[in-house]
Amino acid sequence: MTSPRKARIKASGRVSREDWDLRLYVAGQTPRSLAAIANLRQICDEHLGGEFRIQIIDLLVNPQLSRDDQIIAIPTLVRRLPVPIRKIIGDLSDTARTLVGLQLRNAAVAVSGPGKRKPIRTRRKES
Amino acid sequence: MRGNPMAKARKSPRQRQLAKCPTGIRGLDQITAGGLPSGRPSLVCGGPGTGKTLFGMEFLVRGAIAYDEPGVFISFEERIADLSANMASLGFELDRLIATQRICIDHIRIDKDEILETGDYSLDGLFIRLAAAIDSIQAKRVVLDTIEVLFGALTNVGILRAELHRLFAWLKDKGVTTIVTGERGEGSLTRQGLEEYVSDCVIVLDQRIIDQIATRRIRVVKYRGSMHGTNEYPFLIDSGGFLVLPITSIALDYPASKEFVPSGIAKLDAMLGGKGFFRGSTLMVSGAAGTGKSSLASQFVDAACRRGERCLYFAFEESPLQLSRNMTSIGIDLQRWVQRGLLRFFAARPATFGLEVHISMMVKQVEEFLPKVVVLDPVSSFESAGTRVDALAMLMRLIDRFKVHQISALLTSLSAGTEEAERSAAGVSSLIDGWILLRNLEQAGERTRALFVLKARGIGHSNQVRELIITERGLDLERIQMGPDGILVGSAREAQHLRDLAAVRLSRDDLKQRKELLARKRIALKAKIAELESDFAAQGQDIERVIQQEITKQAELRATWTTLIAQRERATHKRGTGVRGAK
Repeated sequence: MTSPRKARIKASGRVSREDWDLRLYVAGQTPRSLAAIANLRQICDEHLGGEFRIQIIDLLVNPQLSRDDQIIAIPTLVRRLPVPIRKIIGDLSDTARTLVGLQLRNAAVAVSGPGKRKPIRTRRKES
Repeated sequence: MRGNPMAKARKSPRQRQLAKCPTGIRGLDQITAGGLPSGRPSLVCGGPGTGKTLFGMEFLVRGAIAYDEPGVFISFEERIADLSANMASLGFELDRLIATQRICIDHIRIDKDEILETGDYSLDGLFIRLAAAIDSIQAKRVVLDTIEVLFGALTNVGILRAELHRLFAWLKDKGVTTIVTGERGEGSLTRQGLEEYVSDCVIVLDQRIIDQIATRRIRVVKYRGSMHGTNEYPFLIDSGGFLVLPITSIALDYPASKEFVPSGIAKLDAMLGGKGFFRGSTLMVSGAAGTGKSSLASQFVDAACRRGERCLYFAFEESPLQLSRNMTSIGIDLQRWVQRGLLRFFAARPATFGLEVHISMMVKQVEEFLPKVVVLDPVSSFESAGTRVDALAMLMRLIDRFKVHQISALLTSLSAGTEEAERSAAGVSSLIDGWILLRNLEQAGERTRALFVLKARGIGHSNQVRELIITERGLDLERIQMGPDGILVGSAREAQHLRDLAAVRLSRDDLKQRKELLARKRIALKAKIAELESDFAAQGQDIERVIQQEITKQAELRATWTTLIAQRERATHKRGTGVRGAK
């Protein structure tokens, strides 16, 4: 938690480019940060199945990392992959909005995601 | 000039409490009496293109160079490369300052489309980033340009406002002097009400277009705990960055010289108590077209150059070469002073630029050339570059500059007619120390020029009207004579002069005659004397001769007598021998 780390990587053997790359930026172990981490875990477990990677970055430890993803708000969840980059700020307590932000809910309803691979991936995850 | 208000601020106990952070922006520290509140945030707001970013950047650059205060620039809009390129055009070498860790620029890009808000959050990311930037160079100054972007990207205004309050409190705790820029809003200072958070010092930048000429203005709306000039001050963005031009320095405390500057016309000096005007005073020469204003100005310049003083001639109607050529016709060779580096011309059409650009160029010229004498020919043309009030304000600022630098200034002013002359120039009257009015006199089908000294502060001056005569050897003044038909000028005066000459000649001839008569009489007298003398001499000789004859006669007589007596005695003696015995 005090350094960027891979939360967990499940279901090896998948092609890496199809992995979800998520980064959660926090600043210290504030209740808000802890809530965000817990909410994210829950959402990922429920909606992403196995194929994702979470990095939790504590900006108090690595302030220079805030430049990479242009972080201003804490906590911020950045979806680095799949493209396009999405940023969801807040403690992720609103699951429905978080899913929309991650383009999980929208994509499931109307299969018109910006990328070609996305519909396939989401279908796979929902199944 | 710049030092004075600061010195005053230091003296006053109330001012000492509020530490100020000098911006180094030319002129701004003067109207804020020392700079921005040190260690506190200040708000700089204005519409698009008013120079907010430049203001912030110059604050950092000057701080880094002149005050040893490194600065952080957080740009929410422009990219670092763009900023650097923009500033390079103003002579600021941002890249070098960044390389030497005097300035740190961070571009925070916020893409609204990427962002979605869910639940509670804070702006700690921004804080951390800012803290990292500040700590990386031990910054004392921070510019946030412009933090309003956050309002566009984040929808939870409640959180945003709370976080901004926290941000400014945090910046204050950090002790950094901060400038926050903000877009001008309708009916409020900033679109997002940033003034609510930054309440110590608020500066508004503005750009207005009046009569197709753009003028930039700056105003200190608010400055908690400090005195400040509340007026709108024009400012410029020129090749050296910001230049704020206070109309006058806050205090009327310029030095007053007791030294005199001759006007170049001995008889005009005589009208002014014999010595001319005071050094550092401002003269105005007003008059209608063709009354000799430029000639008078040239004579003034020529005299100054002869004394070895540097002169700066601002020509707004004639080109320097044309003016020089024209002045040779009255025996003034200005070009030679130009060649010797004593005289510099600066010509510009008044309508080419706004007043602000004019004043900046003039001030720049003055500061580069450091003249002792400045001529503005004519100032009346500035009314075409702005409104009358603006032109007046500009003149006031210029004159103020001149006075501070102890520069003697001569302004010419074109007026439409005789009565207009007084009226049109009345506005400037309070600014000027000496006022010479030139007037056309029309009499007997002839136009002549009359010169009045309307005003000369601190100098006992003549109230008489003089005729200004433009000759091949410069200007001269003549007393105006009173004749049986009123004042005599021009050929009437000449005629009178001839009559006077004739009268003099007449009396001179008379005198000569009398002298000749006297001489003749003297000669006659002498002749008479000679005649008398010769008469006298002739008669004298006769008398002498008679006297001589008489003397001879008497001598002869005496001799005869003596002989006779002797004979007688001899005879008696003979007888006496016998007689003697008888005795």
